[in-house]
Amino acid sequence: MLSRTADNLFWLARYVERAEYLARILDAAYRLSSLPASYGGVTTEWESAVETAGCGPAFSACYDEANERTVMEFLAFSPANPSSIRNCFELARSNARGIRTALTTEMWSTINDAWLQLKNYDPSRMSREEVSRFLEWVKGVSLMFDGSAYRTMLRNDAYAFARIGLFLERADNTARILDVKYHVLLPPSESVGGSLDYFQWTAILRAVSALTAYHWVYKESLKPWLVADLLTLNLQMPRSLASCYENVSHHLDELAQVYGRQGPSQRLARVTQSRLRNLSIEEVFQSGLHDFVTDFITDNNNLSAAIAEQYLI
Amino acid sequence: MVAFDEMTLSDGTIRPAYADLAHWLATTPKELLTHRRNEAELLFRRIGITFAVYGDKDGAERLIPFDIIPRILAAKEWASLKRGLEQRVRALNMYIRDVYGKREVVRAGVVPEDLIFNNPAFRPEMAGQSVPHDVYVHIAGIDIVRMDADTFYVLEDNARTPSGVSYMLENREVTMRLFPEVVARHRIAPVENYTDELLATLRSIAPRSASSEPVVVLLTPGMYNSAYYEHSFLADRLGIEIVEGRDLFVRDEIVYMRTTEGPRRVDVIYRRIDDEFLDPLVFRPDSALGVPGLMTAYLAGNVTLTNAVGTGVADDKAVYSYMPEIVRFFLGEEPILHNVPTWRCREPDALAYVVDHLSDLVVKEVSGSGGYGMLIGPHATKEQIAEFRTRLEAHPFNYIAQPTLALSTCPCYVDEGLAPRHVDLRPFVLTGSDKIRIVPGGLTRVALKEGSLVVNSSQGGGTKDTWILDR
Repeated sequence: MLSRTADNLFWLARYVERAEYLARILDAAYRLSSLPASYGGVTTEWESAVETAGCGPAFSACYDEANERTVMEFLAFSPANPSSIRNCFELARSNARGIRTALTTEMWSTINDAWLQLKNYDPSRMSREEVSRFLEWVKGVSLMFDGSAYRTMLRNDAYAFARIGLFLERADNTARILDVKYHVLLPPSESVGGSLDYFQWTAILRAVSALTAYHWVYKESLKPWLVADLLTLNLQMPRSLASCYENVSHHLDELAQVYGRQGPSQRLARVTQSRLRNLSIEEVFQSGLHDFVTDFITDNNNLSAAIAEQYLI
Repeated sequence: MVAFDEMTLSDGTIRPAYADLAHWLATTPKELLTHRRNEAELLFRRIGITFAVYGDKDGAERLIPFDIIPRILAAKEWASLKRGLEQRVRALNMYIRDVYGKREVVRAGVVPEDLIFNNPAFRPEMAGQSVPHDVYVHIAGIDIVRMDADTFYVLEDNARTPSGVSYMLENREVTMRLFPEVVARHRIAPVENYTDELLATLRSIAPRSASSEPVVVLLTPGMYNSAYYEHSFLADRLGIEIVEGRDLFVRDEIVYMRTTEGPRRVDVIYRRIDDEFLDPLVFRPDSALGVPGLMTAYLAGNVTLTNAVGTGVADDKAVYSYMPEIVRFFLGEEPILHNVPTWRCREPDALAYVVDHLSDLVVKEVSGSGGYGMLIGPHATKEQIAEFRTRLEAHPFNYIAQPTLALSTCPCYVDEGLAPRHVDLRPFVLTGSDKIRIVPGGLTRVALKEGSLVVNSSQGGGTKDTWILDR
């Protein structure tokens, strides 16, 4: 297939995934910020949301203060934020339109509909209730897009590129959450403690839609290192770094097989995949969660660049 | 001037081809029609059948209004149109080949030399060159207007990159979804095989050096082009890659596309970009749409471009006026389709007549298109006429004039209910190395504003489904 088509598919999947992630972050921030002060003292949840979304500097360039209004506006609607939900949908739609022939009707109409409906949401006049409906809607679009890709696409190279984009983005998102929140996930001896942590952990889990999963897997009350385990190494958890890399690796191998050639991206993916398979959460904490996550984000970016180099340019 | 209505004659008789439809219209409640019209709009919007309007900031993408009432032509009417179209396109191809070849048409005094060499669409690079299989106009969209039951005129030969065929196909799809029973009762000749015919045509004209499975691509200027929907629609139906200039490159006079598996050779390019933008090394150096080196590959015979480079030389309104002579000269036949009577303002007598009768005539720029740069005398103000007269007298070579035609009307479902509106018809003629293919039908364009004669989509025109009855 055309390199440009593959590139558009790859980024289309990433943008849709990112939009959902932003909606989840905002959702979690809303919950935390509405907790009574006695459960967490002065909350910095809005700043934290901006950090988690990975756009701190861009935000500071536009606003003096992070609060409900400014963060919501910036992460959801701002044209000044290249990865606001609105821009994600807009870029996704524009990518989709550029490669309509490579999409199924269902995928196209999900994106096109979302883009049309986005115009109905006016950030300046949204009540809390409308905000939460909006965030639900964003998550719904992403689910539907994901589902329509899964159910309607031919299992060929186009599918592989879309899935690789999705899992790389998802891995990046999970890693970013961990990076911003690593201080609440430190082992108990170094814990900052307090009920704020408890709600922070649940917010993290909510942000990646894993709160119920946690209870099923560990059958324990929330423990920070188990939260970290779930999100990094647990293969059952579809948003964990390990699980994302099983998928990335799998689809890259498929490409290699179809095209009859292996390359740097297959090798890079396999290295990260096997590292995640063989580590234990204790080892992660021993070498430092923060360093582990930072390295992971760098490796993930390198893989993205290698894929571009090998297939998309 | 009362126009010929294709459904109802002036004495109230319904023409036979419309008998069923007229009955159905008379017995169908207005609410149902309105409901169907809204449904149709929703369908078009959802599928994303849009076009971009240049310079329009808010509505960067617009719907072309779709009229739900089909237009009907009887089998016999179509049969004669079809023969006329084939004849016309054969002559067009021979003319262009001659212009870039022996120029017998000039030597015989059929067409004045300056019309060829001063034509902005003339490409000197093509002179003395041959193109694969000697076919120049692989895809023509000939605009036909109707005056009365028996008279059809050609209004324009679109020999460059005619558009609109996706609307012909989508209009049929939408009509079948909205009115399945009415469609079933009518036995309409299908148009859905157009894309198969197009693919067969494109494959047939691959360079002789190409493999037995030639690689065909569609070259688009990109998603901001007004016809982008059509480009992606066609590529999809043809099952070929839709490429932009940056997806292609030329090495050793061979065209390749960049794929995830490395470079892949391209044999046929159905290009939807104009000559000037094809190759920045030969034409406009500022073109980012084209492919550097494409012309060398083309002239070396390693790739086929459709339509050929330089076909616009047959596609301006001054050359148009010579088409009947061109048909006679190359084919030795009488033209089946007639031209609208045309005054060439380049000729002093004609100019004098035109200047005196501006308020009765339509005056057009010879190289204009899309309904721009024209004067519609009967609808113009005194000032507009005076201004146009100055332009005309300054550059008479740039203009032709035609009588204001009473274009036929068809019933349309507009806000006021059913009302007659002027229409034209653009059938699409495909010429391959093996034969000419035409699917029965075309794009009917309709001037939805009451009394208006301008059917161009850029000027607010709409479209409707066109039925050729199979009996």
